[in-house]
Amino acid sequence: MNSQSGATVELRGVTKTYGAHQALAGIDLDILPGEFVALLGPSGCGKTTALRALSGLESVNGGQILIDGENVANVPTNKRDIGMVFQSYSLFPHLTVAENVEFGLRMRRVPKPERILRAQESLELVGLGHLSERYAHQLSGGQQQRVALARALVTRPRVLLLDEPLSALDAKVRVQLRDQIRLIQTELGITTVFVTHDQEEALAVADRVAVMREGRIEQIGTPETLYTSPATPFVANFVGLSNRVEAKMVDGAVHLHGEKLKPLGEPVASGSVTAFVRPEDIVFAASGLAATVVASSFLGSLRRTQVRLADDSVLSVQHEVGYAVQPGDPVHVRFLGSAVAVEPRD
Amino acid sequence: MSTASRLGTEPSTITRWIILCVVGIIFTIPMLALLEFTFRSGLSGGHTLDHWTGLVDEDAGRTYRNLFTGVMNSLLLATVTVGIVLVVLMPTMVLVQLQFPKLRRVLEFICIIPITVPAIVLVVGLAPVYSVVVKIFGGSIWTLAFAYGITVLPYAYRAIQSSLDAVDLVTLSEAGRSLGANWLVVLWSVLLPNLRRGILAASFISVAVVLGEFTIASLLNRVNLQTALLQVYQSDPWVAGIITLLALLFVTILLLLIGRLGSSRRDRSNA
Amino acid sequence: MRGVARYAGLTPFALYVLIFLAIPTTLAVTTGFFAEEGSFTWNNITGLFTPTILGTFASSFWVSAVTAIIGAIVGALVCYALLGTRPDGALRTIVDSLASVLAQFGGVMLAFAFIATIGLQGLATLFIKNQLGIDIYSESFWLYHVPGLLLPYIYFQVPLMVITFMPALQGLKSQWAEANATLGGTKFTYWTRIAAPVLAPSFFGSLLLLFANAFSSYATAAALISQGAQIVPLQIRAALVSETVLGRENMAGALALGMIVVMVVVMWGYSVLQSRTSRWQR
Repeated sequence: MNSQSGATVELRGVTKTYGAHQALAGIDLDILPGEFVALLGPSGCGKTTALRALSGLESVNGGQILIDGENVANVPTNKRDIGMVFQSYSLFPHLTVAENVEFGLRMRRVPKPERILRAQESLELVGLGHLSERYAHQLSGGQQQRVALARALVTRPRVLLLDEPLSALDAKVRVQLRDQIRLIQTELGITTVFVTHDQEEALAVADRVAVMREGRIEQIGTPETLYTSPATPFVANFVGLSNRVEAKMVDGAVHLHGEKLKPLGEPVASGSVTAFVRPEDIVFAASGLAATVVASSFLGSLRRTQVRLADDSVLSVQHEVGYAVQPGDPVHVRFLGSAVAVEPRD
Repeated sequence: MSTASRLGTEPSTITRWIILCVVGIIFTIPMLALLEFTFRSGLSGGHTLDHWTGLVDEDAGRTYRNLFTGVMNSLLLATVTVGIVLVVLMPTMVLVQLQFPKLRRVLEFICIIPITVPAIVLVVGLAPVYSVVVKIFGGSIWTLAFAYGITVLPYAYRAIQSSLDAVDLVTLSEAGRSLGANWLVVLWSVLLPNLRRGILAASFISVAVVLGEFTIASLLNRVNLQTALLQVYQSDPWVAGIITLLALLFVTILLLLIGRLGSSRRDRSNA
Repeated sequence: MRGVARYAGLTPFALYVLIFLAIPTTLAVTTGFFAEEGSFTWNNITGLFTPTILGTFASSFWVSAVTAIIGAIVGALVCYALLGTRPDGALRTIVDSLASVLAQFGGVMLAFAFIATIGLQGLATLFIKNQLGIDIYSESFWLYHVPGLLLPYIYFQVPLMVITFMPALQGLKSQWAEANATLGGTKFTYWTRIAAPVLAPSFFGSLLLLFANAFSSYATAAALISQGAQIVPLQIRAALVSETVLGRENMAGALALGMIVVMVVVMWGYSVLQSRTSRWQR
């Protein structure tokens, strides 16, 4: 398959209400050609609504949706030239895998020999060329989603939309498949929007991640930026793991456990705050805060240990596997001094 | 046009209402005709309330004795049939669900047989069986319920089974047992309350079926509501019509109640 | 509880079904093979193939097929009209309950309602005669013959179709329509290429069920047609009520056997189509 340059996608001030509930409260998003953007957030944040608005399966109340500069508000779904992969059940049960993949080509009146050839190529791309004569119910969940992907890509759409495609799959299949999706997307260079509630997944596959909450985008940036510089406490809490530590805001600096740290995001007034500290920003040291080990989890390539401080609060510390500790061991911990997100505490 | 109707998953509102109204009107006509009929006075074309009031005057009991017997018999039969469903079918279904999962297909098959072996065929073989039954239990009408229990099997089975499917009986009973309850307590306090909806639905639909049963009663020469209705029709078609409408109303209310039971359960499980 | 004793709990039901289902069914299908005095005979079975009886089966098939097809089409239309309504909303619960009632509303009561509607003095008959000047009975008084069964049967076939077919229509996943749209299809392509093929097994299965339902129906015909034996169930009535039919005893048994054969074939077809449906709509 040839590489293709993707389309640009722009959402300008998009709003959508269902009765009294505002699902989208003004979404602004600019996606570059060939970019892979993830929409991340908890249930109800509007990420699926935004995706479906892009596809035309939902109408919008206000704002503009532009694909390659063209306003598609009045263009019905079947004319928007998009590919879409749904969470589950989207394969047509009465057609074989090959016939499923050929469907989009059939709608575009591609002649039969070419159709069969292109469908087979698409299936090879996802590694399922040998299953073309099977039916959906004979495939595993992961295989079904790969077929759905092949079907969406075969027509060479200008935008690829994925609505939580991995959420219904087993953990291991999920990881394999998301890497495969990313690989194919990079090869083809197709502009892609990927919706998920799993922050690890979003960070792993996307060029940029938009964290959404209650119909708005809280922050959009590269995975690294979101992780190291969360703009709001919500993002700090949602993306990656955080320790919530009681602290005090004094003269623009965060005071906790005798350390002075820089705050991230919008300025916060002096007073009591909650600081979000990453487990990897706390280390075991020869001297520092006294603590007792409560429990330790072995995570393959690293360890995460819970320690109880003198004031009875519990911290989660991430460290290398070599340093093994037992519950009850006395230890000392230090903060590495990275900037932290803070949230006022009332 | 809403998205759904543009996609084709839903009809447009106009289409929906045209279809429902046309079919609805066509299906109401026979009911209206029957109702109108009960108000007719003879062939002259006039209308009267006499047929209705005739049912409640003092002579009614005597004039319509056979009809009255038929109604009473049918109510008795309905009660006994529900009894058979609750005492024989339901415990068996629970037992199979808990202890004999492999027999579930067999039970399902047995309960579907009465659809393939309709009443008109069954009755050919019931006559000799009933001559024995009469020798043992006497000739009273309630013994007919044995046959009715078979005819309601498909409906009662489906109603109870959908309740059984909605509740994980095995896990519930294991949880109850692990907390120290014996089987009787588990059945009474844990399982039955969860099956209430299916049991009620099965009972109501059994009543509806029994009230409408004609074939077996007629060909075994017994008197029930339907045979009495046919007989009354010969002499007084208006009363036959009135009773028909009342019976229909009664069954409609029963089945509306089943529908409400279903939705209230759904609300609860969605909470 | 070990071994055979475990099964003790199943005996009440097993006994009940044995006595009131297994034995009568066996008796029904086998008495056809025996003459009055108990000797084995093929007479009754061959009696099934006389022109009269064959004509009866043909009439039964005809009535069943016509009412099944019309019932299936109208019922499917009603199901389509209900698509997208909330399952626990007022419209759906009312239609569901009414369908359950009308599907059961057979026999004697249905006959009365139709006599009141299209009988000689029926409301509709008079309306058509007075308003449209047409006498629907000018040729013959068909209500009390086989054609007169069509309308009453359709009256319970349509609700039965609604009950049986609705789950299949519900089972159409919205993702299929959405995928069809994203792949460039239209409403037309959705219905012709996706919905219709997926619904076909269920539709034809329900059609078979409707056929079986009409074929085995007795009470309505018995109420409308007081004498005569134009369809198979009425033929059985004649055989049971009079001593001999066409000079053969135990003809009822032979007829019952014939009916069961037809029912088994039809219901087997139904179950095959049902399993196809459930495979696709998991």
